[in-house]
Formats: sequence, C-alpha cells, structure tokens
Amino acid sequence: MAATLETAAAGSVSEPPPEKPLKETRSALLMISPAMLLLAAFVVIPFVMAFWLSLHNVRLDSPRPSTWMGLEQYRRILFDPDLSAVFYRSLINNFLFALFVVPVQTGLALALALLLNRPLRGMAVFRTFFFMPVVFPMALVAVVWTLIYSRDELGMLNGFINTVSFGHLGPYDWLGDPKLALLSVAIMSIWAGVGFQMVIILAGLQGIPTSLYEAASIDKAGKWQQFLNVTVPGLRNTLIFVVMITTIFSLRLFDQVYIMTQGGPDNATSTVMYQAVTTAFISNNVGKGAAMTVVFVCIVIVITLIQRRVLRQESEIS
Amino acid sequence: MSEIAAEDAAAYRKAVIGIATDPSKKVGRLGGGPARKVLDYAVLLIVAALFFAPIAYMVIGSFKPSAEVLDGLSGFVPKDLSLDNYRGVFARFDSPSTGYFANFYLTSTIVSVVIVVGGLIINSLAGYALARLQWKGRNLALSIVVLIVILPFEAIAVPLFYMLNDYRNTYFVQFIPFVANAFSIYLFYTFFIGIPRQIQEAARIDGAGPWKTFFLIIAPMSKPVFASVTILTFLAAWSSFLFPVMVVDQPQYRPLPLAISVFKAEPPTDWGQIFAFGVLLVLPVVIVFLLFQRWFVQSVASSGLKG
Repeated sequence: MAATLETAAAGSVSEPPPEKPLKETRSALLMISPAMLLLAAFVVIPFVMAFWLSLHNVRLDSPRPSTWMGLEQYRRILFDPDLSAVFYRSLINNFLFALFVVPVQTGLALALALLLNRPLRGMAVFRTFFFMPVVFPMALVAVVWTLIYSRDELGMLNGFINTVSFGHLGPYDWLGDPKLALLSVAIMSIWAGVGFQMVIILAGLQGIPTSLYEAASIDKAGKWQQFLNVTVPGLRNTLIFVVMITTIFSLRLFDQVYIMTQGGPDNATSTVMYQAVTTAFISNNVGKGAAMTVVFVCIVIVITLIQRRVLRQESEIS
Repeated sequence: MSEIAAEDAAAYRKAVIGIATDPSKKVGRLGGGPARKVLDYAVLLIVAALFFAPIAYMVIGSFKPSAEVLDGLSGFVPKDLSLDNYRGVFARFDSPSTGYFANFYLTSTIVSVVIVVGGLIINSLAGYALARLQWKGRNLALSIVVLIVILPFEAIAVPLFYMLNDYRNTYFVQFIPFVANAFSIYLFYTFFIGIPRQIQEAARIDGAGPWKTFFLIIAPMSKPVFASVTILTFLAAWSSFLFPVMVVDQPQYRPLPLAISVFKAEPPTDWGQIFAFGVLLVLPVVIVFLLFQRWFVQSVASSGLKG
C-alpha cells in the first residue's frame, strides 16, 4: 500500500501553476480543516500520547497523580523474567497465528478466485456465498463459532467430524485444549476473512491481459505452466499486498479471543492487543498497556517497511 | 481500432461497474470439457455448502427450541420451528439493568449513521482539496494522510480510551474517533485526481468557485467512490467492537456487537435466543449486501487494489 501511496504523493508535485491561489487557498483550508482537526485530535494526539503514557505509571480514576517511570514499563514487558512471559507468549501467538493464517488464507483465496474466474454459469451466486462472511461483524462470528466449537459430542463440529469419520474421531475440546485453541480461532478467522482476499485476487486475475495467455498457449504451454508463468507473475503485487494485510490483520487479533477464550486456556490464545487492552482497561494499568501498544506500532512499522522494500524490488525487476 | 475500444471498455467496466462482469471472455481458454465442468461445479457446491453452514446453523437455530440447537449435526434439522426465541430476546432485554433491545439497535444506528454521513461530507471535501485545489501545504497534508492510513486503530485504542474517559457511556465517544478517516480521504483523493481537469476548468470559466464546482459538478459524477466509502465505513461502524468494549459499560449505550458478546457471556446461556439476536444484528447488513452486492464486492476489491 505504502509504495503506491508514495507515488501518488510524488505525482501531485508536478501540477500546473496556481491561477487564483489566494481564493483557492482559503477554500481549500476550509474544506480540509474539519477532517484534519479531527485526525489531529483523535489519531495524531493519541498516537503521541501512547509514548508519553508508556513512560508513566498511569491509572484511571486514581487519586494519586501519575508518576514518571522512564522505560520501566518496557523493561517489565520485555525483560523482566516473571512479567515478560505472558507478553512474549502473546507475541508468539500472534506470529503463530500469522504463520498459519497467512499461507492458508492466501492459498484458499487464490484457489477460490481461480475457481470463480472460470467461464461457468452461476459464478456470481457462488461469489456471494464465499463473500457473505465478510459482511458479518466479527463479534457475531465469534459467538456463533463458540457454539460450533462446543467441546462434547453435542458440538456441531464434533458432530460433523464424528459423522464423516464414522465415529472414529473426536470429540475434541476445540477452545479448551491449549494445543487446539489457537488453531480453532485461526480456522474461524479464515472462514470469516477469506472472501475479502478472494475478491482482491479475483480483481487481480481479471487485470492480467488475455493476450499473455494466448501467447502462452501458442507456445504450447500447459495449464500448469500458464499458471506458473503468466498467472503468478501477473498476480505478484496483488499477492504481496494480500500477504501483508493478512499479516497486519493477524497482529491486530482481538475480538475473537476476547469473546471466545479470554486469552485462555493458559494464555494459549492471548494476543498483544488482548494484553494491551486488558492491562489498560481491566487491570487499570494504562501506562503498561500503552507500552504494549508502542511495541505493537513498532512491529507494524517494520512490516510496512519490509513490504515497501519487497514492492520496490519488484518494480525494479520488472 | 476495435481492439483499443474493447480494451477501453474492459477498463471502464472494471473501474465503474466492478469486477463482477464477464469473466468468461478473459479465461475462455481455461475452460475444459463437460467432465471438467461437472467437477468444477461439484467442488464449488461442496465449498459453498461448507461456507454457508455456519450461517445456516445460526438462522435455523434461531427458530428452534434452545435445547435442540446444541445437538451435533441435528442442529441443522429444521423442526419445531417457532418465533419463540425472537420473542424471548425482546422479553429478556426489557429492563434498565439488562438494557433494552431497541436501545442496542438505536446505538448502533446512531453511531453508524453519524460515522457514515459525517465521514462522507468531511472526507470527500478533504479529498477534493488535496486532489484538485492549489494551496500551500497541500503536499504536507497529503503525506500526513498517507502516513495515518498505515496506522491501525489498535495502535491508538489505549491512549484514546484514556483521553476520552470523561465521555464514557455516550454516543459521542463511539463515533467521534471514526468520523474523519484517512483511508476514506485517500479513496476520495485517488478518485478525484482521475477526473479530467478540463471539467473543473470549464466550471471555473462559467464562474463557479471551488465549493460550487465540488457540490454541483464533481460530487454528482463521483457516485462510485461515495458508494464505496459508504459501504466500507458502514461495515466497520456496524461491526465496531474493540473501542465499545473499553468505553461502554452501561447497557443503555451498548452497540449490538458488544451487546451480543455480553449476552453470550452472561448465564443462563440460551443459544436459541443468542442466535435470534445474531440474526437481528446482521439482518440490515445482509439485506443491504444482497441489494448492493456488486458495489460491496467492488469496494472491497478497490480498497485492496489501491495498495
């Protein structure tokens, strides 16, 4: 995303010279100021405030004023042998989640997009089915899937697995077993989100010029070779984008674990955002929650920079 | 000549009508024989069934006695259907301590409408000022917007919660951080920059100032971007969960997603009623989705392609 944003910003420099600068400046400032003031008040200031809060011991509704702590909050969440364990566990969970969700969801989205991109009747109907979960609020999805994941043989998923395995498999405690809980949350998230990636990839597929496939079939390239040599390169930037937004989405993981598992069992599904929110809000330790937020922001920035790098290399190659 | 025209038409279709149109032409050569077709449909049907199962489970369960919802695969069997669960939801949320069901709906509606309508106005104006007006500081403003797009809301949730603590349990706190939206501004910006400059020049020669030009000429011809921003911001607003968790603890101001999570967590758990609640929660979105499907898919796709 950032790379094209950058070109867009650069492109605007070479506009023709202003004709009625004064009058336009006044109108422009009037037009942009409501949005800019709100963004300043509710994005920029809170963003700066996160750093300030993370250096203090801040509690809400506390009679004692907040005190300066320096980097103590960071030491506690990152280096303290007792206190850092939960935070690292959460961070690892985020990355495990990403490690599973990113390839599976992207692969599934690609497969669905390829299926839907075929000249068959009724594709629009199928697309509707695959896309439908995207419009469902995550809170509702999490509530419905909590019941699907019910642990005994009465659970819907256990019933299904029992039936298709002729009674050999299950029942599983999907959300209660530390080995399964994160995987269960991940599978649900893939169901909820894959339609989103699918339509992005579908748009990318339809942007590949037909002539490339024609040239490939004249060269007697098989379907698989066409896929590898035409489809994949044509989709490369789309796929990089999809992988990056899915990675960042994995870091933001919150709604599902808050509703389904409260980070449990045994912190097996705790995430960075879950820790940040519960620390700030339930344990009323705003400073520590803010410090976790700052770590989160740093990771997001690093991933965004990597994405820029990859996209830039990509454009250099082509 | 005709080739260029066809390409233009395809580009136009893609840009204006959406990606839904005419995939057949593009991939004609990938289509196989009848056997392949049958296989394709079989795969599609199975996958579609798996995708739809959780939704069907919720809808069927919402009409069944609660005891029969949690019952393995027979949860899908539509029998003993009634509206009891729906009546039960209204009966259960009918006091100040539990909150009123109508209040949850009202909160979600007020918050979403303010975010969408307010956002359309201020973000489109900002996008226009960035795309089509000449003024000092424009490039700086554009860079700031572009940087903010990268920042997920989660990055500011905790300080925002601290900052707005005095406004807990209001509608105001639930919409005010979301009205101005850098990504919406960016979508408007990219659309407006694609409108030929001559159109604006013609308006200027006719004596129209920037405001008149925007409201009478630019905005009416920019329906696709207004539709996209409406859909994307409405989906996000109606689903909003993280921030309400932190700033709302009185039932009266609970939006629907928060209300259903509280409902699920509070005993006695009544799954039939929870599913009925879920159907009512998602119904407006699904109706709008089915009516404006093409726009939904297109806005989501364009939100990705811009990247």
